[in-house]
Amino acid sequence: MKPPSFQYHAPKTLAEALSLLTQHGSDAKVLAGGQSLVPMMNFRVAQPAILIDINRIKELAYIKDGNDGLRIGAMTRQRTVERDANVAKRSPLIHETMPHIAHPQIRNRGTIGGSIAHADPASELPTVMLTLNAKLLAKNAKGERWIDAQDFFVGLFTTALEPDEILAEIQIPDLPARSGYAFEEVARRHGDYAMMGAAATMTLDENGKCKDVRLVFLSVGETPLLSSSAAQALIGNKPTPELIQSAAADTDITPSSNIHASERYRKHLANVLGKRVLTKAYGRVATDR
Amino acid sequence: MTDTISISLKVNGVQYKKDVEPRLLLSDFLRHELDLTGTHVGCEHGVCGSCTILLDGEAVRSCLIFAAQADGCELTTVEGLAQNGKLHPLQEAFREAHGLQCGYCTPGFLMTLIPFLKENPNPNEAEIRDALSGNICRCTGYQNIVKAVQLGAEKMK
Repeated sequence: MKPPSFQYHAPKTLAEALSLLTQHGSDAKVLAGGQSLVPMMNFRVAQPAILIDINRIKELAYIKDGNDGLRIGAMTRQRTVERDANVAKRSPLIHETMPHIAHPQIRNRGTIGGSIAHADPASELPTVMLTLNAKLLAKNAKGERWIDAQDFFVGLFTTALEPDEILAEIQIPDLPARSGYAFEEVARRHGDYAMMGAAATMTLDENGKCKDVRLVFLSVGETPLLSSSAAQALIGNKPTPELIQSAAADTDITPSSNIHASERYRKHLANVLGKRVLTKAYGRVATDR
Repeated sequence: MTDTISISLKVNGVQYKKDVEPRLLLSDFLRHELDLTGTHVGCEHGVCGSCTILLDGEAVRSCLIFAAQADGCELTTVEGLAQNGKLHPLQEAFREAHGLQCGYCTPGFLMTLIPFLKENPNPNEAEIRDALSGNICRCTGYQNIVKAVQLGAEKMK
């Protein structure tokens, strides 16, 4: 349980980090909070030849107000996001989700950008990013580009980031007026990887009909999964309990069996959690009005 | 074979300067280089919590940080709790309430609880259990650990 040898760099600026990454390409791995990468290195599942530690880059840790949403630097610690009053106010879905991520000791060190770039389909943050359709800023030595969350998670632990790119910033769009949100998960023990989890946002029109809904499941495939059936069932309709029930029950997901839960049980959980988050999101629109 | 990196850090108020291999975990650095063996190593992948220490005041897993990353930081380990041969009130509470049996996990529990009780000096039982969720104990069944935290919170006032 000791990591193999590697060459270590700890740049103090993003420019320096990007130049190292250009130089070393896919031989190098970026070390953010290390709460997933270091266990993988301890198990020798990951054996990067070069580690570029970006923990000393102060310019990547911030939470700022943008024009139409929050702007969060990729190296902002999860604990900082959890405790931030502005996040709680402006992006309550993220605030509600944070305590579900592992344990306080992990969140003290883990970063928002690290978890997103790691792209574990069982993780909460990628799921919530897809629910909110966050915009992700990728930078390399030559420039930068924005990637929508729905284009970012391309496979198991795989993102749209190129080997020479670093995730620098996450922009969380504000929810429209008359919107609600919710996150729920079920784990054997609090803080463990969830057997199933779901996040939802819902927006109503002036007449109380569903204008937009996003229901996303974690841990059901290679990436977080946006349910298309929930949108089909609800958009244009008033979200009655019966309709929400069928929207959640009719999800097109097929979770696999694993050591913790069978496919059947996980599908059952998905339906239960889907119904809960849609009901809660709808309830919160009403109370916020 | 690998280049070493020179680091300088403060542990329990004492300044150290050492050369380390980049791959050296902070937990192993504390135990093997500084002989601070109170920090225990359990799972080495961030699940059990026994290696928890304070890094600049926040509880973290020392098995998931490289020693090289602690350059310039201030650390507290379980050895830093007792002052002048007198146990910290939380340590006393663990002893009085029988909050341990084999004791292997205890340093991790203590280091998790120090910042928790600082932030929340009057925790209820649910909050205590949540704070302890990242630390595994295989002997006690946690009941007496919860009692020890309640007693410790009283003693620390």
